[in-house]
Amino acid sequence: MTTATSSPRYQVLPGPEGLLPPSAAAMGVVLPQDGEGLVEGVIVPEAATYKAIAKAMLTRRNPTIFPGPLVVWGWTKHTQEKASVVLELAAEIPGVKIIPMPDYRPIYPKIDPEAVINPCHPNLTIWHNKIEACIFVGVHCHFASVTLKMVRAGTNCYTVALCAEAGHEDAMASLPHCDIEKLQRVTEALRQAKKEGLVPWALTPAGKRELAAEAEQKRKQRKAIATSAPTFAHELVAGLDENEE
Amino acid sequence: MSLDTLKISPGFESYMPKEYVDLVERGPYGRDVKVSEMGTFKEIIEEHPMCAGCAMTLFIRTALIGLPAPEHTVILGTAGCGRLVLSQASIPFIYGNYGDTNGVASGLKRGLEIRFPNQTKDVVVMAGDGGLADIGFSCVMHSWFRKEKFTTVMLDNEVYGNTGGQESGMTNKGMVLKMAPFGKKFEKMDMIGLAKTAGVAYIARLAPTNPTRIANVIRKAVLIAREVGPTYVQAYTSCNIEYAIPTPKVMDDAREVEKDRYGFMEIISDEAKAYLERIEQEKKAKAKAVAASKAGA
Repeated sequence: MTTATSSPRYQVLPGPEGLLPPSAAAMGVVLPQDGEGLVEGVIVPEAATYKAIAKAMLTRRNPTIFPGPLVVWGWTKHTQEKASVVLELAAEIPGVKIIPMPDYRPIYPKIDPEAVINPCHPNLTIWHNKIEACIFVGVHCHFASVTLKMVRAGTNCYTVALCAEAGHEDAMASLPHCDIEKLQRVTEALRQAKKEGLVPWALTPAGKRELAAEAEQKRKQRKAIATSAPTFAHELVAGLDENEE
Repeated sequence: MSLDTLKISPGFESYMPKEYVDLVERGPYGRDVKVSEMGTFKEIIEEHPMCAGCAMTLFIRTALIGLPAPEHTVILGTAGCGRLVLSQASIPFIYGNYGDTNGVASGLKRGLEIRFPNQTKDVVVMAGDGGLADIGFSCVMHSWFRKEKFTTVMLDNEVYGNTGGQESGMTNKGMVLKMAPFGKKFEKMDMIGLAKTAGVAYIARLAPTNPTRIANVIRKAVLIAREVGPTYVQAYTSCNIEYAIPTPKVMDDAREVEKDRYGFMEIISDEAKAYLERIEQEKKAKAKAVAASKAGA
């Protein structure tokens, strides 16, 4: 059995660590048991993990939630319930962005980093949106592991993995077996942190300035697209001859 | 995948990228779409990283429209240009190791039959001439001899385009390529003849000159593979890079090659023919019944 607060051999900190950092597991970081969490490569009690997640998501720049296919596609009652709990969690983070990872198909030649995150190049979305804290939830583990490692390699983003399975060594904070109940505890931890006086980044003068500037830029972009978008004028409007050989 | 997976969780509709919302609302899932309707529905593949003017991309795009049930289809591919498009399509894609696609497809089809006894699942192998006629030759032939019920589609660009222009078994005799500077010494492999010998239920050869025909051929091949046995489609999909075909001339080349040596050809077994006639009659009867019930109402 692993012991809580074991001393770290390798710290899992926000990067950028550079190209091809070693996986945290290869450096001796082990996964927590149920009732524990993992913060920066150290196994800690579950309660300490909630606090670390709340602090990171409330105080760091441009907090973002990346919901994966197990959240955004509601093909069962359970996934739909989980999705609504994730939205409740998001509502507790002022200025939060929600950028989905709807599937794992490679997206080339170009992604829209404001609309989507892709496990083949997650760093593009994080760079573009200047995200410094994020939560991955509902992402299948094999893709989450790859994504977390790439994010740590190339960005300064604090990653949180709310994993329904065993957790992730390469996240800065990770909760294993994260079911609906644990997600609600994360939401509660966010509320508690705010009650205790933690000022969310979005409500700080710097955060307000940045979000206002971003909103203004998006407004201008939308206006530019609305006035310059080409209309579809192609022979396909008339259709092809079905019987042509 | 099934239609049940294509529901966005309540509350997330506004966060989903437009592409995905379009797939849910206007995708080809659970309904028949025609080539003539292109532009009115969200296609399974739209963006891709292939070379400008690539005939293979045109073929794949149209072939995917021909799939009778894309929501219940799994595509297998292997190393080569085709997988760059196929892996981006909104349809499950399995990347087989070079050479084993038809072996993997055999196991997959049998497994799906056991796992989903009440739902037909279509398996389609779509790979290049190198993947099917050269490196995957053994698995292709044995899957045909075993009468495995899935479709094999060869994207025949007559070269190893992805690796710089080596000759393949499907390259024409005498052809000089970047990595075959003395010209190919042997004839193009007769995969159609081999398919005939192996008793493949439906064999088609075509060039990408007629989009409707591509979709129809793929549809027939997939339907016959469900009930009758293995089917094989061999499509000329030129590599405009390795064959130095100017981009605007790609379709001219396809038409010339079609006229010269790659004319449309279909070989269909009696059993497959009877099966197609039967489903056509059933379709007509169903449409008639729907029309009658509407008129009655």
